[in-house]
This record gives sequence, structure tokens and C-alpha cells, in this order.
Amino acid sequence: MFIPSATIPERGMNANADLAQRHRALIGRVAEDRDKEAFAELFDWYAPRVKAMLLKQCGSSEMAEDVMQDVFLTVWLKAGQFASSKGAVSTWIFTIARNRRIDVFRKQSSRHYVDIGEMEFADDAPESEEVLLSGEQDSLIAQAAATLPEEMREVIHLAFVEEKSQSQIAGELGIPLGTVKSRTRRAFEKIKQQLEGVL
Amino acid sequence: MTIAHHPDMATLIEYAAGTLDEAFAVTVSCHLEVCDQCRKSVRSAAALGGSFLCEETGVEPLGEGSFGRLLEKISAASETPHTAPDRVSELERGVTRGIPLALSGYLDTDLKSIRWKRIGPGVWQKPIPLSPGASSSLRLLRIAPGRGVPEHGHGGQEITLILSGAYRDEIGHFGPGDVADLDEHVEHKPQVVSDEDCICLAATEKPTRFKGIAGRLLQPFVGI
Ligand SMILES: [Zn+2]
Repeated sequence: MFIPSATIPERGMNANADLAQRHRALIGRVAEDRDKEAFAELFDWYAPRVKAMLLKQCGSSEMAEDVMQDVFLTVWLKAGQFASSKGAVSTWIFTIARNRRIDVFRKQSSRHYVDIGEMEFADDAPESEEVLLSGEQDSLIAQAAATLPEEMREVIHLAFVEEKSQSQIAGELGIPLGTVKSRTRRAFEKIKQQLEGVL
Repeated sequence: MTIAHHPDMATLIEYAAGTLDEAFAVTVSCHLEVCDQCRKSVRSAAALGGSFLCEETGVEPLGEGSFGRLLEKISAASETPHTAPDRVSELERGVTRGIPLALSGYLDTDLKSIRWKRIGPGVWQKPIPLSPGASSSLRLLRIAPGRGVPEHGHGGQEITLILSGAYRDEIGHFGPGDVADLDEHVEHKPQVVSDEDCICLAATEKPTRFKGIAGRLLQPFVGI
């Protein structure tokens, strides 16, 4: 199975950091000045990526396009909330996209249940932005993820990018379900340790 | 609410990835309503997932005039008064009905008016219908004080959330908000220790894997 390379070349890392900074500046302009040019630049970069990710689940290009537009409507509406955190724009946008995709998928089933992840609680709303999105510097999570041993990276990749359940992952890799679960737990722990107080 | 037992972190990560089957997702969602700690974990896991997606996704050409259509949606959205329901008060209403919000769409009564079906001495259940494609089952269980169920293992993963009352088993004491996240290797013998009935929400895999007489006999008790 093809798993994208875990190591980001040094040059790529710097380019990523520059891009991440540029995107933070743009989102700041969207938040404070409701700047549509800045918004357009973010859209040009992220929209094709978000659409590609959505297409895997949505089946049709029209639907992926629709859901992608919803995602950017949310980006526009919530830019103010986000701008006060220190997080990576990329992680934020993809987290919105991922939540929206799950939401759409659930609405297709006959009964819809409430997604607590989307809900804002009086006691944790301000903190959640902080906890979920903050980072001392951008791309921190990605850097931490890049240091994961391949076998841990693989289960996280299959879960979030390929959207496989843990039993499907076990079947695909030919390992016991318990092993998939323990790798998943350890991967999350390792990343949390590296981002202590951030993630 | 003091919560002592939480879902396995691997389960929370699956919830965040959106790959838990319906019964399990609903049960975990009900726990998240009352557990700050797990809500935080799920959000962190979602951030991790977002980061993976961002690093590993290709590009797809957009529809023509995509940005223009988005701008139209934006101006439409800002003209519409903000009428989103106040979800926190919605949540509180669910809780006063005795039903977690995530479950409220599946039940049209409060916990006291449920029509229970007796499945054994001091044990009742109320199956909860799920979407046609679901590969898991969901039910409410009600067990009388002092009652228990025979020692049993599980045919697969099983997640139980206590809604009211309490039980004790080999693992510990389970009260409201607590979750027992058990895999098929765990065998236990829960005994209700509260003065009131113990009501719990139980998600199980579809019992296709139960084989033999023992499995069939215990099937009514699967869920706790
Ligand atoms: Zn918890």
C-alpha cells in the first residue's frame, strides 16, 4: 500500500512555514477587515484540496463542490473566532471540512443524531478554540506526526485519510484488532507528548 | 457529574474520524455531552486528523465560477438573521427529559414513559431502531435493584453508557455518565447496586457472531 512519505524535506518544511505564515496573515485580514481579496487567495489554495478530500466520500463532483462551498462559508463566518487562536490555518480548514463531511454522511442516513463535536458548550467554547487550534508555531502537528514510527502513522492515515474503521484496518493489514487499537492509542499519546499543552 | 469510566482512547479517535458505526457513535456522543475530558480528546483527535488530511490530499479542479457562487452564499447568509437554535439550551432540555440530546432524535418519550419489554427476571429492554445500513444494534436496558445478569462474554465490541442508577462488576462501580467500553475478550457479571433501577444505553455489534446454544441463551443479556 502506498503511504505518503513521512519525512518532509528541509526545504519543503521552510516553504510550508512561509506558506502557513502567509495564510495566517490572510485569515487575519478576513477576520478584521472582511477582506474578500485575502479570502479569494485562501480559497484558491485550499478549495481544490478540500474538494479533493470531500470527493472521496461524496461520490459526485457536484456534491463535493457544494459541501466545499459550505466549508468556506464557515471559514468566512468563523474567521474572527479562529484569528484569536495561534493555530495553523490548514488544520483548521481541514478540520471544518472533515466535520462537515461526517455531518453530510450522517444526514444521508435516515436518522440524524447530533454531533457533539460541532456543539459549543458554555463552559468550554473559548477553551476549545484554544485547545483544538492553538500551536506555538504552524505545522506543529504535522511535524510531530512526521516523527511517528511508520506502523503508527499508517493506522492514523488509514483512519482519517482513508476513513477505514479499526476492524477494516485490522483486516487490511492482517493484524489483530487489539494491535490496531494499541497503535492508534500510542500514536495519539506520542503526538500529545510532543505538543504538550498545545494539542 | 463525577465520571470514573471513559471510552477507550482508540474509540474516541474512531469517533473523531467518523468511522464508528451508528449505535457506537450515538452512545459515545451521549457520553461526550457530560464529559469535558473526552470532548477535549475528541477535538484534539479531530485536529490531528485535519492535519493528516491537509498533508496528504491532492487537488481537484473547481466548478466554473465557484468563488462567485460562494460570495453569493455569503451575502445571502449575512442577510438572513441568525436563527440557529441555541444548542446548549437544547441540550439542557434533553437532559431534563432524562435523555441525552444525541439520543433524543431516536426516542419520542422521556425515560419514565418508555414501554419496556421484559427479557428476564428484573431485566427489561427497549430496542432502538437505527438506519437500515447500520451494522450495530442499540438498546436501552433497565435492570432492577439487586438484579444482575449471568456472567457473559461479548460477541464483539460493546459500549454501555449508564443513564441512571448504578451497577458494579469485576471492573468497578458504574454510575450515571460512566461508560463501559468492552471488547469481546472481557467477561463480566454486572449487579445493580443502586436503590433505583439501573438504566443504560448499550451499543453492540450485530450479533451475527454468536454461535452455539450458550450464545443464543445469553443473547438477551448482551448489552451489559
Ligand atoms: Zn469521558
